[in-house]
Amino acid sequence: MKARPPVTDWATDFDHMHQDWTQDPYPIWQDLRQRCPVAHTDRFEGAYLPVRYADIREIAYDPAHFSSRRIVIRDERLPLVSFPPITSDPPDHRAQRAVLLPLFTPAAMAPHEAAIRRICRGLVDRFADKGTCDGAADYAQEITVAVTAMLLGISSDDGDLFRRWLNDLLVVGTDDPALVMRTHGEMAGFFMKEIALRRANPGQDIISRLLEARIDEAPLDDAQLVGMVRLLLIAGIDTTWSALGSCLLHLATHADDRRRLVADPSLMPTAIEELLRAYSPVSIAREIVADTEVGGCPFKAGQMVLLSFAAANRDPEAFPDADKVVLDRAENRHAAFGLGIHRCIGSHLARLEMTIALEEWLARIPEFSLAPDAIVTWSAGAVRGPRQLPLVF
Amino acid sequence: MTTETAPVLRVEIDAARCQGHGRCVVLAPELFTLDTLGDALVVGDGTVPPDLQAKATLAKANCPEYAIRFARD
Repeated sequence: MKARPPVTDWATDFDHMHQDWTQDPYPIWQDLRQRCPVAHTDRFEGAYLPVRYADIREIAYDPAHFSSRRIVIRDERLPLVSFPPITSDPPDHRAQRAVLLPLFTPAAMAPHEAAIRRICRGLVDRFADKGTCDGAADYAQEITVAVTAMLLGISSDDGDLFRRWLNDLLVVGTDDPALVMRTHGEMAGFFMKEIALRRANPGQDIISRLLEARIDEAPLDDAQLVGMVRLLLIAGIDTTWSALGSCLLHLATHADDRRRLVADPSLMPTAIEELLRAYSPVSIAREIVADTEVGGCPFKAGQMVLLSFAAANRDPEAFPDADKVVLDRAENRHAAFGLGIHRCIGSHLARLEMTIALEEWLARIPEFSLAPDAIVTWSAGAVRGPRQLPLVF
Repeated sequence: MTTETAPVLRVEIDAARCQGHGRCVVLAPELFTLDTLGDALVVGDGTVPPDLQAKATLAKANCPEYAIRFARD
């Protein structure tokens, strides 16, 4: 991705790929909430940006006007590529989603707890005695690649390849359509081979389970299978990696919260929800397929809309002290996993990974902080989280 | 005992709204459970014993989809 041109006014020329947003989006949203709660841009061939919880919620509930057939905002519209069910609308959406839902319930995730704990412990072992590590690169990203690979039954040795795919699709590909289409093809080729291997020799992994799945009594065709598996890889890695990195950054820079959590592990469930609220990594887009109005603003067909769940979760009309992290926040209807029919299917896995990763980290490294003169870098694009996070302990 | 006059509190799930966030089951496992797709169901007929009313209130206040309702018989 080339450097983005400077933003003249965030209300009329917003660019969520611009480094000002990537580095610190909170003042941008605060400003917009005061003077223009639905921003617009002529970039990306036209897109809207609501920043109020109520408006984001209304759009998420309205697939008739706001289609999921395009969910990534790019400089130009590309041919539709299907990643069911996230790119599906009613009526097809529900049956596709029902195939995946049973594989990701809390009960389905619980048996993986021991393996996830082993992964986290093994990583902490590598750096606990060194007194320094990169919390994002050495810990968060390694956990989510290893766990996602384990669930799909693929090798985590290809972690670098998976991360390149994510970066090419969601970051570099913003202004490079050829790269996006090439990456889709590369992923399809990779997973067609994996699917053929599972057909010959099924296991307990999710690809094998999807081979048994039926929609209207018919097995999934190759396009559906590849689409779903590609989605699971993309959705499973940089999302939780980002959320966990933000947790570590917060705890590294807020000693009071860190010590409170170490002293009282029973706070962990509300703390995880609160950190998810305050540092929600994921935004997702919709394509407007029929003219409508939300929050008193017109939304024109053919344009895109960015649903920043992070912005929704910082809306003071929905959350008292929205910009403050309150580890025991009792009422927290956060939208970190989305709202409505596309609620993140992997949310229970994400919570489990985050909980175990923080437990294992804090058990060994209860005291840590940002390295002196540390430069924290953030990912650009739909998924926002720390990518470089130098810590000392 | 005042149960003769106090209304009985029941929780209900609006199945059309529930999207399986699962927050209610974490906050009040005595009152909610999940089906095979991960959508919430009330345990039994949803009657909330007095000692679980605080948990019921918490579960309702944390549902991102506003899918939990209170009914008083």
